[in-house]
Amino acid sequence: MAQASGGAARPVLEVEGITKAFPGVVANDDVSLTLSQGEIHCLLGENGAGKSTLVNMVFGLYRPDRGTIKVRGEEVHFEDSGDAIARGIGMVHQHFQLIPVFTVAENIILGNEVTKGAFLDLDSARRQIDSLADRYGLAVDPDATVGDLSVGEQQRVELVKALFRDADILILDEPTAVLTPGEVDDFFGVVESLTGQGKSIIFITHKLREVLAVADRITVLRAGQVVGTATAEGATQQSLANLMVGRDVVFRVDKAEADPGAPVLRTQDLRVADDRGVETVTGFDVEVRAGEIFGIAGVEGNGQRELVEAICGMRPTAGGRVEMLGQETTDWSPRKINELGVAHVPENRSKHGVVAQYTIADNLVLNRYHHRKFSQRGVRNTGAINAEAQELVEQFDVRTPGVDAVIDTLSGGNQQKVIVARELTGDLKALVVAQPTRGLDVGSIEFIHRKIIELRDRGVAVLLVSAELDEILSLSDRIGVLYRGRLAGTVNAADATREELGLLMATGSSEGQR
Amino acid sequence: MNGARNANAGIGRAASQIHRVLTEAWRLQPLYVSLYAILLSFVVGGVLISIIGVNPFTAYWALLRGMVGGGDEIAGSVARSVPFIGSALALAFAFRAGLFNIGAEGQLLAGGITAAYVGALSWMSDLPGIVAIPLILIAGTMGGAIWGGIPGVLRTKTGAHEVISTIMLNSLVLFGVRWMVNSRDPVVLRDTESTVPRTDSISDTAVLPELVDSQPVLHVGLFALVGICFVVAFVLKRTTFGFEVGTVGLNPHASHYAGINVNRVIVASMAASGAFAGLAAASEISGTNGFFQPGTFFLMGFDGIAIALLARTNPVAIIAAALLWGSMLSGAPLMQQEADVSIDVVRIIQAMVLLFVAADAIVRYLFRVRELDQSPFKATSIEGAV
Repeated sequence: MAQASGGAARPVLEVEGITKAFPGVVANDDVSLTLSQGEIHCLLGENGAGKSTLVNMVFGLYRPDRGTIKVRGEEVHFEDSGDAIARGIGMVHQHFQLIPVFTVAENIILGNEVTKGAFLDLDSARRQIDSLADRYGLAVDPDATVGDLSVGEQQRVELVKALFRDADILILDEPTAVLTPGEVDDFFGVVESLTGQGKSIIFITHKLREVLAVADRITVLRAGQVVGTATAEGATQQSLANLMVGRDVVFRVDKAEADPGAPVLRTQDLRVADDRGVETVTGFDVEVRAGEIFGIAGVEGNGQRELVEAICGMRPTAGGRVEMLGQETTDWSPRKINELGVAHVPENRSKHGVVAQYTIADNLVLNRYHHRKFSQRGVRNTGAINAEAQELVEQFDVRTPGVDAVIDTLSGGNQQKVIVARELTGDLKALVVAQPTRGLDVGSIEFIHRKIIELRDRGVAVLLVSAELDEILSLSDRIGVLYRGRLAGTVNAADATREELGLLMATGSSEGQR
Repeated sequence: MNGARNANAGIGRAASQIHRVLTEAWRLQPLYVSLYAILLSFVVGGVLISIIGVNPFTAYWALLRGMVGGGDEIAGSVARSVPFIGSALALAFAFRAGLFNIGAEGQLLAGGITAAYVGALSWMSDLPGIVAIPLILIAGTMGGAIWGGIPGVLRTKTGAHEVISTIMLNSLVLFGVRWMVNSRDPVVLRDTESTVPRTDSISDTAVLPELVDSQPVLHVGLFALVGICFVVAFVLKRTTFGFEVGTVGLNPHASHYAGINVNRVIVASMAASGAFAGLAAASEISGTNGFFQPGTFFLMGFDGIAIALLARTNPVAIIAAALLWGSMLSGAPLMQQEADVSIDVVRIIQAMVLLFVAADAIVRYLFRVRELDQSPFKATSIEGAV
């Protein structure tokens, strides 16, 4: 395996020949990795490649079956994450470990409380937090309640929390997955100021653009093994993607010119409130025609979730109307809308998309278990259900030991393929897809994109909502930008540029801020 | 110190050996914890008995003979167990829908009083048994279903949590029936000729046929309740309605997304749960008591919770768990008589069974059982889906 090109900086972390097996799968197979001081080392790989397993061992959450971990040249055996923290290792998880009703300061000192006698010494904690925040450019208000903060701010709190425990090796698990494009840029600034002051960072991601922007060195994992180590200078998106997937990856989605037909889905002055009762969709008009993909771009939290849920009948509307196939479907039940031929790939996979404890077969019939094909006189026809599942699993290339496997045992990408298989089958007229490839690896993204285009070519009207601008740009025929609950502008995908859309997303106007 | 550690390791080895043998002998995976919980409770109970100064083997021998020592004992034990099947199903069914129905106590009373009222109606004596018996059972079932359905409706209409509302409804029906049965002015349901507070006796035509003249009487209600368990098992496993119940229980959000009417499933599951308790009560009124007394069903609903959890809410396992529960209570008097150990010791052992089932980490650690199934207590509570 290639060593660091400079070789001058001494490694703060050396992982040598680590192997870790779980029942039925070798998650890490003889993995080695070195991290030099002040370095940003990207760990790249598809879902299930073993990235998280590896860092969880470095952070003391798992114990390796074989191999050694050395911190600053000294071999360590962590019993739990407390040992890792004591050695100066900090980790920011993909899902934040914060208590929403506590303040920033309370969250940061949690488990490491600064006390004066029997009382918390919040004042001195506050001072320490402020000085950390100043030093690394991590603006946080120690007295704000965490639940009120944006996702980007919560992430800064997580970082300060790690730094507060004197971490100088930081593990960041997919830190940008939850951030808006602007927040991502700020975040990169913070990361650089951290390494500038001697912190070393392991950065897990599968976004190639980011890797090239921020990494010093890159280690690519595939199926638990290191398949390559590269420096950022020598790598290109294409070469990394090929390494990750193990074959040539097509980035551009090939698609023919759209041939739009009659309008299928239409909303007029649609208004929808969120869970707190605040109207987040504030007069939304759109018309999607058969055989076209209408992409909705926008920074998350501009009403995307409420819009999709209202169209699909999962959330009551507060005003306006929804029409599908010439009928008014405002506030119809999800089942009635579904029976009309409208499929919905939900944004939140684990909350809405699947029942985690059910088998793949049961998840594949989740919304049509009652059809005559699968149920006669109220009794389920397991044979027919399994046969259907078998067919869909093959057709959609779901990697699973069998259709009776519990879906929770599959990787995120394969779970999403199950949802897509369920929703994209049948006599469809319209398809509403929200964040169809979030958190998926390159191979699965390619596959799902191809399926959506196939559907469009068969004359289905597709409404695509995505936070990934690249996805919107490569799939859509027309693009609308959702800004504060209404369409800020509609452009033809052929004429759209990232800059123009970015401006619309950020300000709601193509002229920028007045 | 060293000896203690050795003994500990020895116990651990023996326990994991037991587990290995059982693993190979039976395919009861999710029920291991329950079996070991029972075993462990009897061991701890034995220690308790020896502290009192009685040889635990003498006591347990008497208990065992009281439970299954002869034909009459067995019949009595089974008879005592029958209503527990219904009250345990009341918890188990709702549990599959993600609801914690702790109102079986009240649903039994509601079913019991309805059955007693209908059974004592004057025209019942004109009906043949083949009509009158189903009528009294249906009446009790309906009474329980309504009392169980109310918390379901409250849950869907107002978001009131079923744990709170079933507790409230328990009190409401308890004091309600007490008043109805006690009151002389006005007379509501009291049998005015009786010296103790009770309702009028039901018509002879509405009495369930007796199987064995044991103490208590073993009657045909046994078949009704055992049969219901198999029906419920089938419904949950094989029917579309069972699929809906299970889906709502595991993920109400996904159910809503998939077009399942979550509110309807919640109300239907609660009503069905109440119906099982109501049926149990009606079969007792009809087959055992012949009239309603408020104390008849005392603690039966709460014992149902323990039995259902012991059976991991598996409807067929409930039959076995209820039999164990009922026969322990039925055998306890002989233990008191012969070994001079209070009946309450059996109650303590039962409480420990529940404790060990709930705190299953203890059992898993002792017997080296891997976590395979989901403990009912660890299931995530559901929020309002809509």
